Amino acid sequence: MQADDIDRRILRHLMAEPEAPVAQIAERAGLTAATCWRRLERMRAGGLLKGQEAVIDWRALGYEVEVSLRFTLDKTNPRAFDEFIAAARGVPEVIEIQTFLGRVDVRLDLVARDIAHYQEVYRDRILALPHIADIEALMHVAVLKADEGLPL
Amino acid sequence: MIALDDIDRAFLRALVEDATLSAGELGRRFGLSQPAAWRRLRRLTEAGAIRTRRVVVDREALGFSVTVFLGVKLATKGRVSLEDFERAVTAIPEVQTVQHILGIYDYRLRVVARDLPDFERVLRRRILTLPGVGQVDANVLLSEERRPGPLG
Repeated sequence: MQADDIDRRILRHLMAEPEAPVAQIAERAGLTAATCWRRLERMRAGGLLKGQEAVIDWRALGYEVEVSLRFTLDKTNPRAFDEFIAAARGVPEVIEIQTFLGRVDVRLDLVARDIAHYQEVYRDRILALPHIADIEALMHVAVLKADEGLPL
Repeated sequence: MIALDDIDRAFLRALVEDATLSAGELGRRFGLSQPAAWRRLRRLTEAGAIRTRRVVVDREALGFSVTVFLGVKLATKGRVSLEDFERAVTAIPEVQTVQHILGIYDYRLRVVARDLPDFERVLRRRILTLPGVGQVDANVLLSEERRPGPLG
């Protein structure tokens, strides 16, 4: 399915305010509520609009520490990526797994209750992951923007 | 910080999949009355367990096929330069997320672009011209997977 300018406008307003009722999105986009609703349905049916996800605030749940671990893998083993990722899925503190083209091969986003808990997860679970050549840790201090909106 | 029981965790897992679920739907799914589900949902919301909602779209179909993560180091430091940088970087439409981090970089940015030439344009015209920007390292996202984390 192809999106036209009106679809893009609707998505732009929806992304800016995901909780707004359809009538409000319609008003912002300069459409009637019925037209806006029909277009949203069409975008859902066409797979353009997949839904909405809640983003958890791990700090509010008592996970004070968030760390990005950036891995370089030993690529001499052709199964390195698959085996590393399968093992990383088994670490309960991992909230995101990303693969890259660049200096970094894989990044894991990890949450922990405090620094002591992080140390424990890092030593017992992370260092035990297969095919690691190098690890860099980046500690998250603050999130300044996280809407993942698109410049539509 | 809020203490969670198994039903709270199940609620949050369900909302991560679909943030639009109502208290009634959550109650039916996990065997609670509508008022009981509503009270739980309100308690979770008031505790700030959900930071925001994210609209999930087919980025490729909307013409954004490239996502790049940038590690940015500031060349000059001090409170004023941090504020200038943060204000300018969060205003760039192609920059989807901005995280302040500790480690070999100061900030981590998620940048979306139509293709690699479009990314180059964003990098040269918008990122490398930011106030105080120093060394920048780029990794092109190949795949990403969000995990339930400690809610699982």
